[in-house]
Amino acid sequence: MEKLYGKDLAIMANRARLLAVDAIHRASSGHPGGSLSCADALTALYFNEMNVDPTNPGWDARDRFVLSKGHCAPALYAVLALRGYFPVEDLQQLRSIHAHLSGHPDMRHVPGVDMSTGSLGQGLSAAVGMALAAKHQGKTFRTYAVLGDGEIEEGQIWEAFMAAAKWKLDNLCAFIDVNGLQIDGATADVMPSEPIDRKVEAFNWHVIKIDGHDFAQILSALAEARQTKGQPTAIVMKTVKGKGVSFMENQAGWHGKAPNDEQFAQAKADLEAQIKKLEEN
Amino acid sequence: MAGKIATRGAFGKALVNLAEKYPELVVLDADLAQATQTKDFAAAYPERFFDCGIAESNMVGIAAGLAAAGLKPFACSFAMFSAGRAYEQVRNSVGYPHLNVKIVGSHGGISVGEDGATHQCTEDLALMRQIPGMLVVNPCDGNEMRLAVEALLNYNGPAYLRLSRPATEIFTDELPGYRFELGKGALIAGGDDVTIAATGMMVSMARAAREILAAEGISARVLDIHTIKPLDEDLILNAAFETGAIVTSEEASVLGGLGGAVVELVSAKCPVPVIRHGVEDTFGRSGTANAVLEYYGLTPEMLAAKCREAVHLKKQ
Repeated sequence: MEKLYGKDLAIMANRARLLAVDAIHRASSGHPGGSLSCADALTALYFNEMNVDPTNPGWDARDRFVLSKGHCAPALYAVLALRGYFPVEDLQQLRSIHAHLSGHPDMRHVPGVDMSTGSLGQGLSAAVGMALAAKHQGKTFRTYAVLGDGEIEEGQIWEAFMAAAKWKLDNLCAFIDVNGLQIDGATADVMPSEPIDRKVEAFNWHVIKIDGHDFAQILSALAEARQTKGQPTAIVMKTVKGKGVSFMENQAGWHGKAPNDEQFAQAKADLEAQIKKLEEN
Repeated sequence: MAGKIATRGAFGKALVNLAEKYPELVVLDADLAQATQTKDFAAAYPERFFDCGIAESNMVGIAAGLAAAGLKPFACSFAMFSAGRAYEQVRNSVGYPHLNVKIVGSHGGISVGEDGATHQCTEDLALMRQIPGMLVVNPCDGNEMRLAVEALLNYNGPAYLRLSRPATEIFTDELPGYRFELGKGALIAGGDDVTIAATGMMVSMARAAREILAAEGISARVLDIHTIKPLDEDLILNAAFETGAIVTSEEASVLGGLGGAVVELVSAKCPVPVIRHGVEDTFGRSGTANAVLEYYGLTPEMLAAKCREAVHLKKQ
């Protein structure tokens, strides 16, 4: 596959958003808010950055990805389907009893999922283990993770930050999706975590702050991470929860709620309009 | 072999001795390498030893990532922390994805002794048993531990391995007909009146209890149930059918461990009286290992008394 850039990445990310919201709508359950906020980062990883082969998901030399904020599985599944790991039609079976696409990522049943996640705070540790394994075995694959800003309230994340710095895992890059909201409201009210960048920096990570919806900034940060030696990189990205769907943007209420038929029609119209606009430019 | 060694000591030696044969073996610890006896492996193979600091949850997650990338990690700490504190990480990051991680719980049970209740884990066997697909292994002596470690290196999946702190007698190496296989219990001594199904250091006590009972004319069969999950159902059911009564014995809570497993099986498939010998539903306390074991009734004498009770129940 040829790498995508700029406008093509933006179009692909919005197609992933539409598929994710469609799947959540059909399932009548799921987490749209955070799926929409991290969709751009996931698209940049799978359509530009990562060295993967959808026809051989278990390829030993592949780059690894861990969705530590596992509830945003709909976005990951949509990106994996668009990338060719499994048919896009499978997304219509999200969360249904006989389907392989469970509510949270399951590495045993979903091609392309490198780690089962869902219980917040655990994915980064597994990503540290993968990066450590690469160093230990002299392999060159890189490991990526996406964390939520609510998720980092879990203490285990900070244990993992310490460990990754101890072993100088410069083959590890973690996005922190700072959409500012969690189930009970604003992270600033529920459990203030700022200044995230300075805290992670104090844990001896290389930190890059970006706008998580600007592909030029995402790709540039990923390139900087690749060139950073001797320490892991955290890309602290400011995002909009519910990004791309007018009535979901910046609303904590859309963390884990499915749209009804009327709301889905609106979401579809919003996202299709953005795709059309991008295609016309 | 003969002599005495703690199963943790035998574990530490086994890691070192198996390291060359199994290059994928890596060891993680959480600042307890002296106590869990992974220190010798750490000294001999520093590039294969990862000290995760006092952070057991993270250690288990890192082990999951190492296993996902093809290594064979043993993640070690006290049972209280590897099976207790990190329970949910073991369940969700190791058990659910069925990753090839061995969770090692040293200082299991109450024979930790002096450290007291906060470090005496009596729940680990029950907790680990609850995780679908998880092997639960609790060797009875140093020889069995050595065999268990190699068997686990050849088993591709999640497992829990319990180690004990005190030095105990080595006897399985000189036991006629003894062989070790994961998931298969071992017949330690024959008997017809009652069966003692024991695990870990209670197997030694079961042998002593058998002598006490023999003097009274009670013939007790002794089974070594080193693998609590999957349970050797045939061995247990045959014992239930042939001896008509079972006493389970474990250095763990009587709730949900070996006793629970045997009751669940026997009540459904061959109902006979089953008495569970172990730590009653209570926390531990400080004292020397022997004093603590005696305080909670984990002695050959108490085990023999439970056997008399079982024989009596069978006659009713």
